[in-house]
Amino acid sequence: MEHLSFTYEGGNSDPHDAIVVGVVASGNLEVMIEPTQDPACRITIDTPARGFDDVWAAVLGDFFERSKLGGVRISINDVGATPAVVSLRLDQAVETFRGGDAT
Amino acid sequence: MKHSFYEANARQRVAGLLDAGSFRELLPPAERATSPHLPLLDTPVAFDDGAIVGVGTLDGRTVFVAAQEGGFMGGAVGEVHGAKLTGLFERAIDQRPDAVLLVLESGGVRLHEANAGLIAVSETMRALLDARAAGIPVVGLIGSSVGCFGGMGLIAACCDTLVMSEEGRLGMSGPEVIETAHGVEEFDSRDRALVWRTTGGKHRYLTGDAQAIVEDDIDAFRRAALAALDHHRALTLDGLLAEQAALTARLQAFGQQRDALDIWRALGVAAPEAIPLLERDAFVAAADPYRRAL
Repeated sequence: MEHLSFTYEGGNSDPHDAIVVGVVASGNLEVMIEPTQDPACRITIDTPARGFDDVWAAVLGDFFERSKLGGVRISINDVGATPAVVSLRLDQAVETFRGGDAT
Repeated sequence: MKHSFYEANARQRVAGLLDAGSFRELLPPAERATSPHLPLLDTPVAFDDGAIVGVGTLDGRTVFVAAQEGGFMGGAVGEVHGAKLTGLFERAIDQRPDAVLLVLESGGVRLHEANAGLIAVSETMRALLDARAAGIPVVGLIGSSVGCFGGMGLIAACCDTLVMSEEGRLGMSGPEVIETAHGVEEFDSRDRALVWRTTGGKHRYLTGDAQAIVEDDIDAFRRAALAALDHHRALTLDGLLAEQAALTARLQAFGQQRDALDIWRALGVAAPEAIPLLERDAFVAAADPYRRAL
């Protein structure tokens, strides 16, 4: 199992209740967003697919640019999801967190 | 608009079954009650261990709900997953909701967790029966892609009421297990028509294992669950003896049949080969005069 962590500063805090979207299934992932006091956006990933640090960094960097989400802890359980699936799940998670209905 | 029960995940099923916004989850994902066994095997965990439990209302009446997520390890029952189910039934005995709804989607025991998973299934079964003995009806709902097999198939048989869709499947050994153990001549697990007419909702309704059959629609499951809230199956010695006698008679009547089609024909169904093609309402009309009750 690979454990990865990324931190992005300068996002906007927008506290809401914790949410989870997605399922821990092959080619899929679950994303949980929880509000934190810390203004940073901290993302941790557990994945059995080793050696994709650069891909995660690119996908999550793009995600942060889109969402500018701060004051959150984002936890991901991944089972080898492709970058496109990860991006869609992250966007779905933010929409759900901010009160949209995208479950 | 129809919302497919089959296509939904466990959280969507819970949200759609209950009154809108009424669900309050116990041990939600943020509590991180995850499996202690899977990390040792370098296997990903899920924050809810594939079991969602909590409290909500169904047409204003308080119900407890547990839903298994088949996407995570085939809905298999590990130690934490089973403890959440067991805890919900024990809490139901204390707090006396109008019913417990079990949204079943599981291949049975999570083999990664071996004995802990086996114990979890037996503890869940005991807690379910304790809740029933305390007068709380248990309603099982089956209509998802994994179906309900192994230890969870046994637990399904312990419910007061089972609601299935045609797509839902219920059994002890799953099709692949039977083929592996007894050969493809005994059971071809790739023959989808065979698999569904042997384990699917229509067969289970005809043979009396399921008390209701509904369309693949979350709202149809909701209405069937509501209708089952006051249905108790007596959990008494006399009741169990009567059920055992009915099962024995069923085995004597159909134990020699080679195919579900033969059983349906023996039940008296006029055109058994047409059964798999019928829509829900037409099927119920064709089945009700002949179906067996347990």
